[in-house]
Amino acid sequence: MSQDHSLNPETMPQDPSKATMEGKHKHLGLWIFLGGETVLFACLFGTYLALRNSTAGGPSSQDLFGLELVFLMTILLLTSSLTSVYAIYHMKNNDFKKMQLWFGITALLGIAFLAFEIYEFAHYIHDYGFTFRSSAFGSAFYALVGFHGGHVAFGLGWLITLMVRNAKRGLSLYNAPKYNTFGLYWHFIDVVWVFIFTVVYLMGMVS
Amino acid sequence: MSTATTQKRGFGAVLWDYLTTVDHKKVGILYLIGGGFFFLLGGLEALIIRIQLITPENDFISAGLYNEMITMHGTTMIFLAATPLLFGLMNYVMPLQIGARDVAFPFLNSLGFWLFFSGGILLNLSWFTGAPDAGWTNYAPLSLQSPGHGVDFYVMGLQLSGAGTLMSGINFLVTIVTMRAPGMTYMRMPLFTWTTFVTSILTLFAFPALTVGLFLMMFDRMFGTAFFDVALGGNSVIWQHLFWIFGHPEVYILILPAFGIFSEIIPTFAKKRLFGYTAMVFATFMIAFLGFMVWAHHMFTVGLGPVANSIFAIATMAIAVPTGIKIFNWLLTLWGGSITINSAMLWTLAFIPSFTIGGMTGVMLGSAVADYQYHDTYFVVAHFHYVIVGGVVFAILAAMHYWWPKMFGRILHEGLGKLAFWTFFIGFHLTFFIQHFLGLMGMPRRYWVFLENQGLDTGNLISTIGAFFMTFGIIVFLINIVYTAMKGEKAPADPWDARTLEWSIASPPAHYNFKQMPLVRGLDPLWIEKSEGNGKITPAEPLDEIHMPNSSILPLIMTIGFFIASYGFIYQVDHKAWLIAVYGGMAIAIGSMLIRSLKDDHGHHITKEELEREAD
Repeated sequence: MSQDHSLNPETMPQDPSKATMEGKHKHLGLWIFLGGETVLFACLFGTYLALRNSTAGGPSSQDLFGLELVFLMTILLLTSSLTSVYAIYHMKNNDFKKMQLWFGITALLGIAFLAFEIYEFAHYIHDYGFTFRSSAFGSAFYALVGFHGGHVAFGLGWLITLMVRNAKRGLSLYNAPKYNTFGLYWHFIDVVWVFIFTVVYLMGMVS
Repeated sequence: MSTATTQKRGFGAVLWDYLTTVDHKKVGILYLIGGGFFFLLGGLEALIIRIQLITPENDFISAGLYNEMITMHGTTMIFLAATPLLFGLMNYVMPLQIGARDVAFPFLNSLGFWLFFSGGILLNLSWFTGAPDAGWTNYAPLSLQSPGHGVDFYVMGLQLSGAGTLMSGINFLVTIVTMRAPGMTYMRMPLFTWTTFVTSILTLFAFPALTVGLFLMMFDRMFGTAFFDVALGGNSVIWQHLFWIFGHPEVYILILPAFGIFSEIIPTFAKKRLFGYTAMVFATFMIAFLGFMVWAHHMFTVGLGPVANSIFAIATMAIAVPTGIKIFNWLLTLWGGSITINSAMLWTLAFIPSFTIGGMTGVMLGSAVADYQYHDTYFVVAHFHYVIVGGVVFAILAAMHYWWPKMFGRILHEGLGKLAFWTFFIGFHLTFFIQHFLGLMGMPRRYWVFLENQGLDTGNLISTIGAFFMTFGIIVFLINIVYTAMKGEKAPADPWDARTLEWSIASPPAHYNFKQMPLVRGLDPLWIEKSEGNGKITPAEPLDEIHMPNSSILPLIMTIGFFIASYGFIYQVDHKAWLIAVYGGMAIAIGSMLIRSLKDDHGHHITKEELEREAD
């Protein structure tokens, strides 16, 4: 079925991700899903803002955060968003190899981001004894940043599955929407990080 | 595969068909069965509550069991009965009303149902080991102090069913945006489709707040975090905010589809176009918008301060305006109409005054100052039962009578329908009207017993008698279902001489719904064709092969995985060996997601020849 002519036409349309009904559904559906995700993160942000000074005698945000690491993580994730744009650009021009290449770079940047985040958490836990349970601030911090990290991890699993599954069969009208929805999701993760960077880290350094 | 051959298959084949189905009509029926089952459970719990309160200082059930009973009654009725019954109707009817052959994501639709159902089952399994007992609102810190696993079952059960509901919401939105038949512009959509659309928006933006609240509650109870633990700097009011940011839109998630149902039934049986269609659509959006602005009116007595209380009080009262627009539009649709009174119409006509009473007490409760007196009394209980029973339950029963012929091909018996209506209607007012006064006299809600000779004895007795009337009404309705299934009158395609697209196809419809896409030429498309003497809808396309989605067992397996993992989460607190269930369950769930992702599923086609073989 994967060689179905209707899904692998001689000349691919300009934007194969939205050329089919299925693709249109997925595109719109993911946008709507991101609306729900926005509320999810808004609630976590609200909880964090309410609890960020409730350190219960434990370490506070000024004690913990170092902007160098967070700056590096921000650069990694923002760049990964840019590379996913390149990938989608090549998808729209039906250049499968370049798309896979740029998505590969996206995945590597995402993995690097996640590795730094794990390092960051381990650093807080081992050097400061700052955990999920040590204070309401700790709970709120790990919940918000951890939910974001979980989203990154899920996105990486999604992307790698897609890339491996389709590595040998090229772009079709069946898998193009899947790459497209991943791209939207990845941008969203990136936007959330911009807010985390501002609300958690920058505001945590000044107050 | 016509309906005749469907009926001849064995039980196993039918069961497998329903377990794997992605057909929106079958998923809708599954929702109705699941929601109906939980509705009966919740009703039984209500009856036990009322029996406990029949006399002062009664000891029919223990105080602890009473707490479990009220918690499970509220939780079951809201999350597992009212919501899924309405989602079942939306699933069945909405695609037919817009001329679609299925929803946008049939696989997700089936997954949504199974998640809801497994969440409900998980929650109710708690009866064997101790049910949740912190009220359906599950306020911290009470819920954190609750011993045993009851509240854990609440958290995991609602997390599962909430995820299912959210999926359905996204699905309906995409379906309505992308799959309307040619000519079905937004402002030609039937009101039930409109309310499905707006309800789905509410679901999309409200349920994630519950998701977060439940996660935080789960972390606090199972992993020792401190979100609501004041000793470590936590704040228990955060739970109240998250719960009501979800909880208030949730009541509009329930009532808006009810409004949609009545807006279908009234024009059909008054033989008039809906009065003020545009205003109705506008009012629906107004209610939805304001519905997000009023959550703190549940928290007037928490101490948010006079400014916050005033703002939320004014926003609350403002909702009366669009709701009033709707009430007057229904009355004006009836005005001068050629009205048929049958069971569906009786429930509808009874709804208007009953709901209006609930709306008026709502405005009373919206006054922050007066709310200090009403808060947590039976006045509140009376208010929300007037809107939810008088609005939502009446709507569901009206919708059952109205769409039963379309769904099952038989017309519900009128005599039994009227008997059920009158006993339930009288019982409803007996039960809840008196509770306004019990509340004003100071009877608090959620109390196990009340004392003798404080002016509460007679009122409670009357209320309990009313509950038995309601029970009788529901039993008659169930008998009606059995009777209709066996001896009911066969329904034609259009038994009510109705106006919308779903009545232009056979009862019950073929699994592809429309052989050819219908051409919609205005509001009430079937009525237009009938009044112009055509009698049936003009097709918008030549007969051609139809693309349909494939059935799949994966949604069920995925759900079983999540179910096992949830059980593991609840019990890993006691013994770490339960982590095996967590990992095992998640492996099953993620494994089925992987299969879904890796295995191509292109659906199948129904050929032109097959379609031509099947008679109209």
